[in-house]
Amino acid sequence: MKKFKTALGMVAIALTLLTVMSCKDTKKSDEHMEMDQDGMNHKGDENMEMDQNGMQNDEMMHQDQKTSKTTAILNSYLELKNALVADNTEVAATTGKTLFDALAKFDQSSIAEAQKQEVIDIIENAREQAEHISENSGKMDHQREHFEILSNDIKDLIAITGTDRVLYKTFCPMYNKGKGGMWLSETKEIKNPYFGSKMMKCGEIQEEIK
Amino acid sequence: MKVLKIIAFILLLTFVGIQFIPTSRNQNDIVPATDLMQVYNVPENVEVIFKTSCYDCHSNNTAYPWYNKIQPGSWIMEGHIKEGKSELNFNEFGSYSERRQKSKFKSILSQVKDGEMPLASYTLIHRDAKLSENEKKTLEDWINKMLESL
Repeated sequence: MKKFKTALGMVAIALTLLTVMSCKDTKKSDEHMEMDQDGMNHKGDENMEMDQNGMQNDEMMHQDQKTSKTTAILNSYLELKNALVADNTEVAATTGKTLFDALAKFDQSSIAEAQKQEVIDIIENAREQAEHISENSGKMDHQREHFEILSNDIKDLIAITGTDRVLYKTFCPMYNKGKGGMWLSETKEIKNPYFGSKMMKCGEIQEEIK
Repeated sequence: MKVLKIIAFILLLTFVGIQFIPTSRNQNDIVPATDLMQVYNVPENVEVIFKTSCYDCHSNNTAYPWYNKIQPGSWIMEGHIKEGKSELNFNEFGSYSERRQKSKFKSILSQVKDGEMPLASYTLIHRDAKLSENEKKTLEDWINKMLESL
């Protein structure tokens, strides 16, 4: 009888666990879908951060209209890069989210028709990488893998839109088993986001982007 | 003692009850023109790896195992498939932009290399989906070749 009770108890625990787990899974994918929808129509986001946008817009008036459109994206990209330099996976995750939102708000209206599709592809791809970085706090290797893909997207984006600041295209030939990894930096000083403190100085500047 | 019996009975009822809740099946016989195997010339040994180790969760057609007929097992699997497909669906690979295809190939490489994919909870039951070192190498080589050509 006692054995029977224990067995029942175990079945009960197992069932509860399984149910909870399956609920969690569904929720997670729902969130995912909501986020995708946000991406397609970012009215909600805009309302929430109207004040912030308003302030930024005033500052931007003085700058070149075209290049200032990437300001928010570059700000959070560089923040993310510096979090990885500092081996800080939590900050990398939160800045990944900021970048994800900044990419969603990118204004494509001034992009020439011929380049529009490419910009859409870049933004879509970059958002996916930013999302993964934001969801993988604690897995820094994984965050860095996505950062490598992301860096190429950002480089290609500013090749089309231009940049509001001087950036240095830096390359570390040792990353990814010798395939190398590129990143954009705001300083000439080499601080490696792929290795962090393990190999802070690895890298060379390949190009100055203005 | 009586209380325990009642609890056990309720649990048993719940377990039987949830069996009647339908789950959507991820099954479709039509292979779209955007399928990875249709858009690229994939060698047979590589195709087999993709189909046995990836397609159950990353395509529109799952070969369901026996335990998936029993709840809550099928809910768990439904969640995995939904998430897996939104991340990467090999049936739609050809509709991805070239940039996205490249990123996906890169991510497949690192996920397989790090042992993150296929999921451990999946290979636990699907022993044949587990990738051997040889299979990993075959997959890696092919993807690297693709990345160079893209």
